Amino acid sequence: MTILYQSQRAMRAKRQEAMRRGVIAVLDIGTHKTSCLILKFDQTNTMGPAEGIGAMAGQASFRIIGAATTRSRGVRFGEIDMVQETERAIRTAVQGAQKMAQVRVDHVIVALAGARPRSYGLDGEVTLTTGTVTDHDVAQVLAECDLPDLGQGREVLHAQPVNFSLDHRTGLTDPRGHVGNRLSVDMHLLTIEAHAIETLLYCVKRCDLELAGLASAPYVAAVSSLVEDEQELGAACIDMGGGTTSLSIFMKKHMIYADTVRMGGDHVTGDISQGLHIPMAHAEKIKTRFGGVIATGMDDREIIELESETGDWHHDRRTVTRAELIGVMRPRVEEILEEVQARLEAAGFDHLPSQRIVLTGGASQIPGLDGLASRILGNQVRLGRPLRVQGLPQSTCGPAFSACVGLALFAAYPQDEWWDFETPADRLPARSLKRAVKWFRDNW
Amino acid sequence: MRPLIARREPIPPGQCRDVPTQAPPRAIEPPVARTAPALVPEAPRDPAPSIWSYRVQRLWLTPLFRKLLRVGVPAFVLCFGALAYFGDAERRAAIWDAGQEIRREIESRPEFRVAVVGVEGASDRVIAEVRAAMGLQLPMSSFDLDLAALRDRVEALPSVASAELRIQSGGYLAVRVVERVPALIWQTRDGLSLIDAEGHFVASLDDHVLDRPLPAVAGDGADLVVGEALALHAAAAPLGDRLRGLVRVGERRWDVVLTDGRRILLPAQGAVQALDRALALQDASQILDRDVLRIDLRNPDRLTVQLTRPALEEMHRLRELERETLTGEQNG
Repeated sequence: MTILYQSQRAMRAKRQEAMRRGVIAVLDIGTHKTSCLILKFDQTNTMGPAEGIGAMAGQASFRIIGAATTRSRGVRFGEIDMVQETERAIRTAVQGAQKMAQVRVDHVIVALAGARPRSYGLDGEVTLTTGTVTDHDVAQVLAECDLPDLGQGREVLHAQPVNFSLDHRTGLTDPRGHVGNRLSVDMHLLTIEAHAIETLLYCVKRCDLELAGLASAPYVAAVSSLVEDEQELGAACIDMGGGTTSLSIFMKKHMIYADTVRMGGDHVTGDISQGLHIPMAHAEKIKTRFGGVIATGMDDREIIELESETGDWHHDRRTVTRAELIGVMRPRVEEILEEVQARLEAAGFDHLPSQRIVLTGGASQIPGLDGLASRILGNQVRLGRPLRVQGLPQSTCGPAFSACVGLALFAAYPQDEWWDFETPADRLPARSLKRAVKWFRDNW
Repeated sequence: MRPLIARREPIPPGQCRDVPTQAPPRAIEPPVARTAPALVPEAPRDPAPSIWSYRVQRLWLTPLFRKLLRVGVPAFVLCFGALAYFGDAERRAAIWDAGQEIRREIESRPEFRVAVVGVEGASDRVIAEVRAAMGLQLPMSSFDLDLAALRDRVEALPSVASAELRIQSGGYLAVRVVERVPALIWQTRDGLSLIDAEGHFVASLDDHVLDRPLPAVAGDGADLVVGEALALHAAAAPLGDRLRGLVRVGERRWDVVLTDGRRILLPAQGAVQALDRALALQDASQILDRDVLRIDLRNPDRLTVQLTRPALEEMHRLRELERETLTGEQNG
């Protein structure tokens, strides 16, 4: 746990240094595309947004000066599969963004989509020594949380205090200054596989960059595509990416659950490629151009030519109707959505007061997806697009970039995490002298 | 490869579309509903910057490096090149010579040439002297003329009080000379010379034609007190032709010398007043018409007169006579 504390604090220190310098890059390494945004923080209005525009989630304090997107290579299911290829993809994206921004960036915040995230809800309770809650008490109650057995080779990615309760009052976002006897906290812990982080670190280091932060892709996608009341009242954000479909549940502006379905748009493409016997690139093209999930009578009459160059005339001159294409795509999309529904059900999404579902991500652009999703997931489904951020190019405004934009928002306004509070002295290992002094002070 | 095309058309009845489309040729080509961009054969690898091009770009975007490369390196190359080029003495000399050549060409242009020297404000003799003193090799460039030195040289001439040199348009060097005006003839052991009112030597009397008579002075240090000499000369005007000149004695006081060799010895202080007294005596009692050799006014309380020898003997005789008469009367 101490090692985690130290590495996360080191990342936070780097992020603060980057903020002082005013330039930081955010990098979304997805299965389908790798995109990089370069943010420039405005040093002139460090006072924060004026009264009344606080709801803009802080995106007024930075602007995007560079953006580049490239095809991902060597990434499968949101995890880095081939290091060298991924490194080249990162280099391409970073170089393009740097070229556009005409500045050099050294610090990068990365979003991770895959790596099998697992959510834990923790709680801790502490009796207050003094009547008023102080920083020390908050740290103590966070330290009181029992860490579950994370399993072999897993690392904590997010550990966010979600809710504080003081005696019988609950729903406190910041308990400091309140008066009470017992302080308890609910915390959301998100773990991912450690090898994914290590590989990512290696890739980033090979690109001469420094990792200034890590975030979970479903979390940041929700940050950018859920509107404020959805975050407050409870909503699920489903980020349909290329290789993974990740979902996160928000409640009272905190993420309380995140999970990933290891299926995405690339699987749909694969199905088309298999079903129609065409290359992947061609299948991708047909999917983006003619794809859909709800067939109508009109689609029977729309004929798509399947071009290929095998030399076999009969093979090269095939055609399919759009209805057939939809027939290939729909089962896979349904499967994905059903899997998502299963995950949501497992997370207890039914019990939330508001059950809005926001679909975002590149694969959410399939025409008719909202209709299919509302049939599977429930009525309150909408398609989400990322928040509009100053300086974002038109080409990166689509839902495919919601994780990227969310990462930028996350960089500007990071959430308080466990490691942002000082560790209580009695939790520090191998500091026997300090502990002795503390014991002495407490008892005499 | 042909473009990817989707056509929207009614399905021909009874036709299986898996059978190759060998349907009877349609009379009207169905409208092309959608076209997709041509499928480009995919490159075997995606283009990505190599690690070195990536690093070079990042390095290039580093502000310090950029500044260094844009300012530092050219400056260094410039300095180094200049040092290497000018390190050779021969080359330096060649450049210097070329510069001088250009300079000379500019200087020797007719616009800057001085061809004529005009001297004015002096007599012909002085003008000739001034021309000789300047010794200019005309025509010459006005850049080569050192007017201050020329002026010093002209003003060093004894007969020139001051000079003003000016280069005028048309290559004309105008020299305006103010001549020294001789005020006194000064007799020294070497000869007679003329000095002006400030005591400066003007010329020797031999080679100067006087246009009016000048008072003469003699004695060492007479040129230092020309003003006093002129005042005495003015005061001695009633003497008329009888005045021969003034003699400075002991660089301290004046003697007025008359034509018949008689002298009026004046004191060091108040010489003019003393001379006036002597002239008043002359008016009252024609003292100069008497047998007097010197009138000594050096002691202001007492006027002393040196008589000529006959007059002295006569006075002695008369005194003797008077004494005898007196004793005779006493005796008698």
